[in-house]
Amino acid sequence: MTAGTALRDLAVAAIALIVLIAVPFFVHSPAFLDFIIRVAAMALFATSLNLLVGGTGLVSFGHGMFYGLGAYAFALLMQRTELSLAAAAAATLVIGAVAGLAVGAVCIRLRAIYFAFVTLAMQMLFYSIIITWQSLTGGDQGLQGGIPRRVLFGFDLNSQLHLYVLSSVVMVLGLLVLRHVSASPLGATLRMIRDNEPRTAFLGITIWRAKLTAFVIAAVFASLGGILAALFVSGAYPELANWPISGQAIFAVMLGGISTFLGPLAGAAILLALGDAVTRVTEYTGLVLGLVILFVTLGLRRGVLDVLMEALRRRRAPLARPATPKAAE
Amino acid sequence: MSLQVEHLTKRFGGLAAITDVTLDFPTGSLTAIIGPNGAGKSTFFNLISGAFRPDSGRVLLDGEDVTGHSRGDIVRHGIGRAFQVASIFPTMTVAENLMVAVAAHRGQWAGLGRRFPPAGARARAMEVAELVGLADVADTLSAHLSHGDQKLLDIALALALEPTVLLLDEPTAGMGPEERWQMIERVQRLWERQKLTLVFIEHDMDIVFRVAQTIRVLCYGRVLAEGDAEAIRTNQAVIDAYLGTEQHAA
Repeated sequence: MTAGTALRDLAVAAIALIVLIAVPFFVHSPAFLDFIIRVAAMALFATSLNLLVGGTGLVSFGHGMFYGLGAYAFALLMQRTELSLAAAAAATLVIGAVAGLAVGAVCIRLRAIYFAFVTLAMQMLFYSIIITWQSLTGGDQGLQGGIPRRVLFGFDLNSQLHLYVLSSVVMVLGLLVLRHVSASPLGATLRMIRDNEPRTAFLGITIWRAKLTAFVIAAVFASLGGILAALFVSGAYPELANWPISGQAIFAVMLGGISTFLGPLAGAAILLALGDAVTRVTEYTGLVLGLVILFVTLGLRRGVLDVLMEALRRRRAPLARPATPKAAE
Repeated sequence: MSLQVEHLTKRFGGLAAITDVTLDFPTGSLTAIIGPNGAGKSTFFNLISGAFRPDSGRVLLDGEDVTGHSRGDIVRHGIGRAFQVASIFPTMTVAENLMVAVAAHRGQWAGLGRRFPPAGARARAMEVAELVGLADVADTLSAHLSHGDQKLLDIALALALEPTVLLLDEPTAGMGPEERWQMIERVQRLWERQKLTLVFIEHDMDIVFRVAQTIRVLCYGRVLAEGDAEAIRTNQAVIDAYLGTEQHAA
């Protein structure tokens, strides 16, 4: 069960990476490259959120704070210090972890709805700091002036193709690590908390430690998504830190599915593709997206990938009733 | 391990849930706690297991004071408990339920280095499943188990922590007559084989009188009587407060 699934995940990741890197050799489409770069940022962001939502039962409405923080911290480090791109990225992840620890320490003990509200409040506070602290962040104009020294391991990130390859690698590796987290003993503990928190405490587990660890890990990977976003827009803008960005991640998670690991990735891709397609036809993007989300949540009652996986399981074992032994494996 | 409570008291607002309860559960004893609804039986368990902090009084394990310790700390001292309504992890299979409990017991629950389950956890989980008779449904999703099997799984979760004292809150709640006897016989076998100090809350008087070595009667948060089956059966205060009405109800 253990070694097998780890190898399978590794194989899936390797194949995905090979396919992603091979695409530009066959298809010349700058639009596609841009799309994947944006998906990479959003997928890391949404999947890290789902470690909290689907993995632990913690619905955060302020996860976008760490996405925005990643973008701003990284862009500022590149503009204002002489750090190399790799060093600035590493420092950004540390900043994301520290911020996650601080915000998590405040929020983690709160019950469901209070947790949601306080995380949202934290993000709004963070957003107003960005807007107000003009000398550092450029206020509502955002951080302009681009990101210098865009070179990493021989990749010149001024080239769209190189940024595409880097984003693909970061996305696949990042998702692989998050997958490992959810398949680890800690991941199992988080599922216990989601299923039955009081019982988990009675089994001798320190609930706040498990939740806080998850919160910090999620913050780090949201920051990683933020770094990709900053590289893509060549700067950082308040929209990356404002609360609707948290809503987007929640939509991605809901659209794709919370019970399947790749659900949020699928959701991110659907959300961005849909947004692009709708914008071409009408200016009422929000209205159309809203209708789609309503259809998925009320009609399918769960994410697209969750529905597909369920159908697949049924086809594999058409006669298996839930109580049949061994059916689960 | 022996369990003692001394002058335990807990009030909720103006309501005295448990008042000055002093009881001794010697190592390896099998005790039933009975009493009318609202007598404070579940509160008593919650005080011992660390869910509530007592207002005054002490909880002693082999003489060591564990009063006011956290739930996790008390579990690590060896007091396990199961619940009136089966408290399990419904999205996991029986084996997974027990494996996470085993991982928790071994202090491996925060592990990030390897994949779940940790080495040996499955074997140990199967041993525990065997112990309560759930081995043949090990790979069934626990939400799909029968009511009785869910109660067994709840007890098995406690057993996975290798407790020396086990508190069972109405192990036969919600079961038919036949199922009740099967359940209580299993519990009795566990008590013998695992050499547990076992305390259970029970409403079925036939079961209580047949199984328990000692019976403690709680009423309005106080100890009304204690003794063996014969002593309790003939105790006038118990008959007035509890047994009389119980027999009418039955």
